[in-house]
Amino acid sequence: MNARPPAFQAAAEAPSVSTAKPFLDELFEDGVLIPSGVDGLYGRSGAFEEVIDRFETLVERFSKEDGAVKIHFPPAMPRVNMEKSGYLKSFPQLAGSVHSFMGNDMDHCRLIAAIAEGADWSEFQKPTDLVLTPAACYPLYPTVAAKGAVPAEGLLFDLKSYCFRHEPSKEPTRMQFFRMRENVCIGTAEQVTEFRERWLARGPELLRSLDLPCVLDVANDPFFGRGGKLMARNQRDQQLKFELLVPVNSVENPTACLSFNYHQDHFGTLWGMTREDGEKAHSACVGFGLERIALALFRQHGSDPATWPEAVRKVLWG
Amino acid sequence: MGHLLKGSVMAVQIRELLGNHKIIPVPVDGIGDMDDLYDLGMTSFASVQLMLALEEAFDIEFPERMLNRKTFQSIASIDRSVSELVAGRA
Repeated sequence: MNARPPAFQAAAEAPSVSTAKPFLDELFEDGVLIPSGVDGLYGRSGAFEEVIDRFETLVERFSKEDGAVKIHFPPAMPRVNMEKSGYLKSFPQLAGSVHSFMGNDMDHCRLIAAIAEGADWSEFQKPTDLVLTPAACYPLYPTVAAKGAVPAEGLLFDLKSYCFRHEPSKEPTRMQFFRMRENVCIGTAEQVTEFRERWLARGPELLRSLDLPCVLDVANDPFFGRGGKLMARNQRDQQLKFELLVPVNSVENPTACLSFNYHQDHFGTLWGMTREDGEKAHSACVGFGLERIALALFRQHGSDPATWPEAVRKVLWG
Repeated sequence: MGHLLKGSVMAVQIRELLGNHKIIPVPVDGIGDMDDLYDLGMTSFASVQLMLALEEAFDIEFPERMLNRKTFQSIASIDRSVSELVAGRA
């Protein structure tokens, strides 16, 4: 299943998708995003945040209907949990860890001197117990494992977190800090694949209701190195990851705004999440890249939500 | 269970690597050359470790066309790929 996504017919008709000026510059000029001086780290305007809020209420309607338990984790998690999660095996290039000064007065003087000289001052920083959350569901699994056996009917969660990935880019859709809303299902293989099927149907419907052209495609995670290519092929061959792609930066390279992942019993085995019958729990998640969805809407409908098509406004604002 | 074809020297070496690097969570002695290593519990990441161990042991580099699930599926399939690369190196 390596089929290329079909052409975006709707997008081809939309004049806003291919303009000469980089989309990021447009967003800055229109005040939708506010530059920080570092690629991938931006302020968000009130209008941008409101669009995200409104979109989340649409997601939450489904989550509530499903009876998902809502949990919001902070953008950092225990370092030991990242070590155990295997994230550094697969994505060492994306991980961020929190370091802090832990020295004495002399060390402090050296630190200040190093900064004054413009020298490398990282040697005065030591790792704390924290790393930056790479995906909204990473803090969940140890929490679930600690609560005991997964009940026969399975577990459903509605998560949200700011996430960090070290991949500075001029593409506004590739931010270093971004928010991920996620629904996660933990249970039997049947329960979690059914959950994924449900969202595979809902996702495109949801985006099309906002007049966003989208196509579903098999995908892989950006595993590190040459070995990563093998892991990526494995993931694609087994169709463990699907993405819902929307043209934002360009029609040729559409942006993954939603992803649908079946982890098999990977996290169940890793964290010891066991079902009542003693079998390892399977898990699946659907992730919404909230900034990406907002950017797709701004790209498609213009920089001022007040002028967006009435039908789209009605879905978002009711 | 697959056929127990423990004949080739290469297969013996591959079996040793599988055991030494703890690629699968079961003893390697009971594995047939045709048995599916993924079914026996080899994770995707373990297959990467296996790939790197094979490259080091046989002084080869797997080309992109071989970086797929099938290459590392069984001792026999690994034997085939490694033999081809070793022959190409000589």
